[in-house]
Amino acid sequence: MPDRGPRSKLGVDANKEADMAKKQIVILGGGTGGTMTANRLRRRFENDAAEIHVVDRDDRHVYQPGLLFVPFGLAHSDEIVRPRRRQLRSGIAFHQRGVESVETDTNRVVLDDGTVLPYDVLVVATGVRLQPEETEGLSGLGWNERVFTFYTPEGAEALRGALDRFDGGRLVVNLVDMPIKCPVAPLEFAFLADWYLRERGVRTRTELVYSTPLDGAFTKPIASQRLGGLLTQKDIELVTEFNAGEVDGVGGVLRAFDGRELDFDLLVTVPLHGGAAYVERSPGLGDVLGFVPADKRTLQTPAKPNVFALGDATDLPTSKAGSVTHFEAEVLTENVARYFDGRDLDTSYDGHANCFIETGFHKALLIDFNYETEPLPGRFGPLPLLRESRLNHMGKLLFQWVYWHALLPGREVPGLGPAMPTAGKRPVPVHAT
Amino acid sequence: MTTATISATSVDRDAEGFLTDPQQWSERLAEEIARENGIEELTERHWLVVRFMRDRYLTTGSAPSIRSLGKESGVPVKELYQLFPKGPAKLAAKIGGIPKPKGCI
Ligand SMILES: Cc1cc2nc3c(=O)[nH]c(=O)nc-3n(C[C@H](O)[C@H](O)[C@H](O)COP(=O)(O)OP(=O)(O)OC[C@H]3O[C@@H](n4cnc5c(N)ncnc54)[C@H](O)[C@@H]3O)c2cc1C
Repeated sequence: MPDRGPRSKLGVDANKEADMAKKQIVILGGGTGGTMTANRLRRRFENDAAEIHVVDRDDRHVYQPGLLFVPFGLAHSDEIVRPRRRQLRSGIAFHQRGVESVETDTNRVVLDDGTVLPYDVLVVATGVRLQPEETEGLSGLGWNERVFTFYTPEGAEALRGALDRFDGGRLVVNLVDMPIKCPVAPLEFAFLADWYLRERGVRTRTELVYSTPLDGAFTKPIASQRLGGLLTQKDIELVTEFNAGEVDGVGGVLRAFDGRELDFDLLVTVPLHGGAAYVERSPGLGDVLGFVPADKRTLQTPAKPNVFALGDATDLPTSKAGSVTHFEAEVLTENVARYFDGRDLDTSYDGHANCFIETGFHKALLIDFNYETEPLPGRFGPLPLLRESRLNHMGKLLFQWVYWHALLPGREVPGLGPAMPTAGKRPVPVHAT
Repeated sequence: MTTATISATSVDRDAEGFLTDPQQWSERLAEEIARENGIEELTERHWLVVRFMRDRYLTTGSAPSIRSLGKESGVPVKELYQLFPKGPAKLAAKIGGIPKPKGCI
């Protein structure tokens, strides 16, 4: 058993009783969702009402939106990484360990050193696992030489070197298949690459290609149209319904399952995503890709009523994004309290997501949507929606500060809540795309 | 929505040719839709995939993605593309008489 903190001065029996009544909350993953949830729960419950444990395999909390800027020398990977422990309020136990398995029938988590953590409530927040090895040849020869991903700090750093040396040729951006976290990130990468190569004077010698398994630039029709328009404006070739099946990292060929080929000098890929590996070792917890099914409004899992999930780890039909995770954390915290009280759960999570989309030249776009409403033009507070502006770019840059100082500590951010605002939005008839 | 007459029965289909009512489906219909889409003959392997998609839709209300299909049906993704060259999930859904699979977000 882990250390349970200082004992009170009461007699041993009273202590035992207090411990029995003390709820055990175990949170798997100390990233965006795990950290926010732990801090919110810690504020919600007195120290003697609940013990909170967070498990993560390492002590490096990455501000992932910052990874986008690393390849262009606009951020250094050191600047976007902080110790996980330091983001957790006092009174939260941190276990730096891998999760081996979850046993939902006995309410226990087993860690990779054999430690057993019993729980009254479990929160799954272990995000996704990148799986380049699932695509033939992708992580083979040429990986981190001609073939890169910016989805990890190491990959983003390696790509920075390659872009710095890049002297023209074919640069292909590819996302292998959905779902991926931050589905706009590869598009943003293409926009920024266009800007970066123009600044460096090599854009005229470069063919920039954006290839996607989707039938347009993005998943939702109106946003897809606008973003597709931006690709055209920036002279970036869009290749759709391209399901990457094989990579020749030496010859520089990306092959689709249907036989189409894209030659490249530099390939920037977003590999397949799956859930954490322990999910597969935990009977009844996840689906075949390792994602954890959860109720789309309450975040309770069908696995068992005392198991909740949030963030990228879930199978919910909304974006895998930090903003989503943040809105979910609010509802989830409320529902853990209601579960302990035996009350009906809060059903207010509506799929709300918002994302800044960097478009280069110090501008960005903002999209805001939920399960039912696709991204619409209009305004979100002072920020224009679905339209390029410098203000949005400032918003995106400012966000890192907000992340470390308001979102992770679990402070309320005015104007940012789990339900999508409708004021300021203009409904647009859906054009066929 | 349009009403088309296939195999001498009339069925309702959306603009892209997906049945709007899975109950109107039959095996003969499946064969005709396959031919319309360039698959002359449905082999055992085709049927395995089509039935898997259809069963999954009827029991859970949604059809699997290509990746889940590859993992769960026992037919590897590469082979899925050989069987249904124009996009296995979409085509198998169309042939299986269920709505177009929703993409991810
Ligand atoms: C390049 C990039 C750009 C992005 N840009 C944006 C953006 O602009 N806006 C936005 O909203 N979102 C953005 N995101 C997405 C956002 O970062 C994620 O959606 C968010 O971090 C999800 O939080 P999470 O808690 O679900 O997962 P994470 O924050 O990834 O945390 C999961 C944690 O679980 C731990 N873990 C996993 N498996 C185990 C195990 N077996 N044992 C122990 N620990 C384990 C991991 O170490 C990790 O710390 C971006 C992501 C990337 C990669």
